[in-house]
Amino acid sequence: MPETAILDQPVSGAKPKETDPHGPKKRRRLKVAHPERCIGCLGCMFACSRIRRGTVSLQDSAIKVQTRGGIEGDFVVVVCRGCEDAPCARACPTGALEIKPNGRVVFHEDLCTSCGKCEEACLIGAVTLGKEKKPIKCIHCGACAAFCPHGVLELEEVES
Amino acid sequence: MLRKVLYVDLSKQESYVQDSHDLFEEWMGGTGVGIRLLSEESSAGMEPLSPEAPIIFSIGPLNALFPVATKTVATFKSPLTGELGESYAGGRLHLAMRFAGHEAILIRGRAERPCYISINDGDVRIKDATSIWGIDAQTTGMILREHEPGVGRRSIIRIGPGGERMVRYAGVVVDTYRHFGRLGLGAVFGSKNLKALVISGTEHVEVPDIKKYREVYNRLYDTTVKTDVMAKYHDLGTSVNINVLNWLKGLPTKNFQLSSFPEAEKISGEMFADQYLIRRMSCAGCPIGCVHIASLKTAFSPHHEFEVRKVSYDFEPIYSLGSNLGITSAEGVLQLIDSCERLGLDVMSSGVVLSWATEALEKKLITPEETLGLDLKWDDVASYAAALENIVRAPNEFYSVLARGADYASHRYGGRDFAMALAKNEVSGYHTGPSSIIGQLVGVRHSHLDNAGYSIDQKAAKKPMDPETMVEAIIKEDDSRGVFNCLVGCLFARGVYTEENIIDALDAVGISRSHEDLEALGRKIFDEKYRYKAREGFDLTKFKIPERFYQTESTLGMISPETVQEMLRLYRKKRGWS
Repeated sequence: MPETAILDQPVSGAKPKETDPHGPKKRRRLKVAHPERCIGCLGCMFACSRIRRGTVSLQDSAIKVQTRGGIEGDFVVVVCRGCEDAPCARACPTGALEIKPNGRVVFHEDLCTSCGKCEEACLIGAVTLGKEKKPIKCIHCGACAAFCPHGVLELEEVES
Repeated sequence: MLRKVLYVDLSKQESYVQDSHDLFEEWMGGTGVGIRLLSEESSAGMEPLSPEAPIIFSIGPLNALFPVATKTVATFKSPLTGELGESYAGGRLHLAMRFAGHEAILIRGRAERPCYISINDGDVRIKDATSIWGIDAQTTGMILREHEPGVGRRSIIRIGPGGERMVRYAGVVVDTYRHFGRLGLGAVFGSKNLKALVISGTEHVEVPDIKKYREVYNRLYDTTVKTDVMAKYHDLGTSVNINVLNWLKGLPTKNFQLSSFPEAEKISGEMFADQYLIRRMSCAGCPIGCVHIASLKTAFSPHHEFEVRKVSYDFEPIYSLGSNLGITSAEGVLQLIDSCERLGLDVMSSGVVLSWATEALEKKLITPEETLGLDLKWDDVASYAAALENIVRAPNEFYSVLARGADYASHRYGGRDFAMALAKNEVSGYHTGPSSIIGQLVGVRHSHLDNAGYSIDQKAAKKPMDPETMVEAIIKEDDSRGVFNCLVGCLFARGVYTEENIIDALDAVGISRSHEDLEALGRKIFDEKYRYKAREGFDLTKFKIPERFYQTESTLGMISPETVQEMLRLYRKKRGWS
């Protein structure tokens, strides 16, 4: 099994703006700020699998860059929107995807039965099953943003 | 790391995978593996367009794993030169091959009817392509996208009508905007009734030490994006060289009759970027985005009705289909690039063939009877576009001769002094001095990128260099690029991949090599290629260098035949050839 380096802190270079520590509680969320600036290098996908999963893979990336209408068309960046009332977690019959009080969705691998309900629940296609048939769930760590050379991706803070 | 070769036989309609660990161990990958397989898997004197002729695609140990290691090399016997065919393309092919688990693919045979190969991980199918035969390269890509799996991770490579009709310099279009352009791989596809290859995969690569891998990755990534090593490619791209070479008197103009173009400003990289550039894209795994896409908007009625086409441009097509044909507008250049793109022709050879024909018509070596009434003259975009169509359709003997290259045409109609090919390959866009000529002549695939002779000339323009130093620089590049081409990195990233970084990157994926090992490998690959070339009849002393090179002032002033011959003698001596 590859080392799974779940990061609790945003990856350096992708830190959100400093916020008031005494203000309302916030959580980090990845934002596709400028999709039209994408050049299709797939650096974000490789960063995701390399940094989070310790492997080199496109399948095991939580972020996906696709072309719509071929390469002559536009690039589409598909990534978890960090829904407030996350349908992927609501669809999970075993509690493997759990909504924390701050709105974050965390994944408990031991509870997952690879049923694929989470994948079906996400209309934008941000949750997909990886090589091991477990959901590759974005944790909004910002690894992808740190390796985006054109500022397509940003980490933002949202009130939870 | 997977070390497998996929063999596909189109005659027998079968495929199998062979574990080839020793082959990769000895020859590293990429061009090393490519030349070894070509030598072993074909008999001497084999006809390049025969069923037995193999096509080999290979990648190296760093592809898909490190930034800017984004190329795939195709190795074959060239139907244009009759000897080593070697061509590189970016796009997504390297990545699709990696994740499908094939570091090399060898295709041979000839299908009974038009077909395409579909590879999805271990699943290899040969499918009917009768309904798409004759369709242009761009549309073919769009159609196959609808039928094949692997959105976002697949690669689609295909030929246009030029390859189907076996134009000797037809290329293969890779994933839109990238190409195996040079030396006629498209014709080899056509000879096999092979329209396309679609490949995708879902494999992972596990590296032995993830921490070390991340560390080396970060270092190479930072050098690529945060230093000025690749500054040129971040901005205007290769087309920045139009103005530079024009100013240096090194920009071939009107079939090398001039080395600067009074109208260069109108087709300069700056002009393209300011007026036509709409987006930039990258090959998968490269953070630069040097693929420059222009919007070509042409009115087709007086009522504000427009055709809009997206066309990629670079320095070489702007030279070959621009200054070399005396084209005075960016739109004109884009139209001709688009014609080549649809027909699936190599831009460089196409431009040089047309510039030879223009001069041959001017000098009355050929007549309007041959050209079927096309008045080929400088800056005549419409006639040139029509001539490109004719080269593919071959409506008469003249156009079928043009389809065999400038050197061949000059043997048939005369004008050898201005048929701008070296060792039968149409030359690239540099009239910089003797190193450019020698570099392309001795280079294994007769490309300016074999050893960058043009760059040696430009260095000599700043600080004079004697012929011996130039020859030594060519040899050094010949060999070191052989190693880099085993890793199949993009040559634009040569500055990132110092020998030290190459050793560290290889180490991070579990391949231990020393400086000495790499040096020996470079030499060994060069020797293997020259052995193959000699076997197929290549003889350095046999080639005539077009007189035109000596008649037009270059960046380094007038080039004398004596200097060129002296450098050739020195080259042979230093290579240990009598």
